[in-house]
Amino acid sequence: MANLKPPLPRALRPKPKGPSEDNGKAKPGRKEKLAQKGISTIDWIDERTALSGGARWVMFRKIPRGTNWFYTLGSASLFAFLSQAVTGVILAMYYDPSATRAYESVRYLTNEVFLGEFVRGMHKWGSTVMVILVFLHMGRTFFYGAYKYPRELNWVIGVVLLILTLFMSFTGYLLPFDQRSFWATTVGVAINGTGPLVGPYLNDFLRAGPEFGVTTLARFYALHMLVLPGAMAAMIGAHLYLVARLGTTAPPWLKADIPADSRKDGT
Amino acid sequence: MNTREKEAYLREYSILKSQGKPFFPYSIAKDAIMACVVMASIILMSLTLGAELGPKVDPTTTTYTPRPEWYFFFLFEVLRVVKPPSLTPLAAIGVPTICMILLFLLPFYDRSPERRPERRPIAMAAAFFTIAAMAFLTYEGANAGSPNQIDMEAPEAVVAQGAANLRTWESGKQVVAQSGCLACHKIGHNGGTLGPDLTAIGGRLARQAIARTLVNPTAPMPAYTELDEKKRDDLVEFLAQLKGGEH
Repeated sequence: MANLKPPLPRALRPKPKGPSEDNGKAKPGRKEKLAQKGISTIDWIDERTALSGGARWVMFRKIPRGTNWFYTLGSASLFAFLSQAVTGVILAMYYDPSATRAYESVRYLTNEVFLGEFVRGMHKWGSTVMVILVFLHMGRTFFYGAYKYPRELNWVIGVVLLILTLFMSFTGYLLPFDQRSFWATTVGVAINGTGPLVGPYLNDFLRAGPEFGVTTLARFYALHMLVLPGAMAAMIGAHLYLVARLGTTAPPWLKADIPADSRKDGT
Repeated sequence: MNTREKEAYLREYSILKSQGKPFFPYSIAKDAIMACVVMASIILMSLTLGAELGPKVDPTTTTYTPRPEWYFFFLFEVLRVVKPPSLTPLAAIGVPTICMILLFLLPFYDRSPERRPERRPIAMAAAFFTIAAMAFLTYEGANAGSPNQIDMEAPEAVVAQGAANLRTWESGKQVVAQSGCLACHKIGHNGGTLGPDLTAIGGRLARQAIARTLVNPTAPMPAYTELDEKKRDDLVEFLAQLKGGEH
């Protein structure tokens, strides 16, 4: 296990104790006491979970030089997802997923609740921002050839995440239950129904029956609130694990100046 | 990529990696700045563009033109462009499904070890073509209105009657397009086949007869009594001018 841990950076290493300390005479100050408490808490957790190795492995892994601002698009997508999660939870506190009361609850949230329209606007426009970021992130991966060996599986997971993101915005579109969302979803579901083989079944599944009914909204709500975010969180976890495991790609133009003893260097 | 190329890549990468800087704090700092930019743009968009709520849902309405979110416009446009009903499933699901499968399998058919964009001409050409196609379809979809559009030029007879008549005709066409007529009726190249073809209705029915049918239609057709006077007159005028054969 020990060889898996990269060394701590110099600034974070504990300072060696001088001979004058630790002889019991000098009373530790408040700061030292607090620091000691913090360290002992972390030690307590680590003793039971052994997480510090993994945390060090993630946080202090090396990133190849030459990475530029395009490399932040992935974490920006993740951040947009988190923002959607937080604003979504706030919206869920006011939303009523029943066909008769959904519109009224959204209207109340938008017009009456303090900052209600602001939070709903953040969720609505956050979805646009997230879709753009996900596409840009995919573009960076494509143009840098980052989907090639050994990162093929992470590309596939990324495409799954792209599709889940689009399904998220499709299911979320119905929830305000105004004219626009209702008719756009009616058309969208009908388009799904024309698909090969599974089309009609997918259609019936989405609508919860052969017709657009009272239960359709509840179904979209459950997909948007539970199934899709859960699947996305799991997929994001796998995506990030593979990023840490395989390492961030170097820009394709970068060539290593190979030192003589390159064989010792395998990390 | 064969085993030798794989090993060469891994060796090269491990050197590049060992020469790099640790994720914390260098990459984290950049990511944090980017996160602030993302947050700021979301807040700014929310404040300036707001979140308007449309009118309450009404499944019985026939006058509403459905529009998807803008990033689905390209899909919407594919559906709109392909008119024959037999081709619609292919356009709506076939093409996107094929694109998705191609996207999924990208690392499995593009197996060359080359990563520099300037040395991957086929990949770059395909990417630029895809981006251009999606941008074009999105632009078209944004400007196209809806599948309810009627692609028909004003007949010469109407143009000859002067600008006022032409304006009435165009406005009537708009009303027809937005009132859901095309769900059942065919006009020119657009519309369904459930109800009678209206392409030459002006030749078969008099103006008053058309107006009467709108208010007091035969069974499955809904009555258009809630249209306002002006719109109904324009609509009747438009339909009365349809003599067929102009296109």
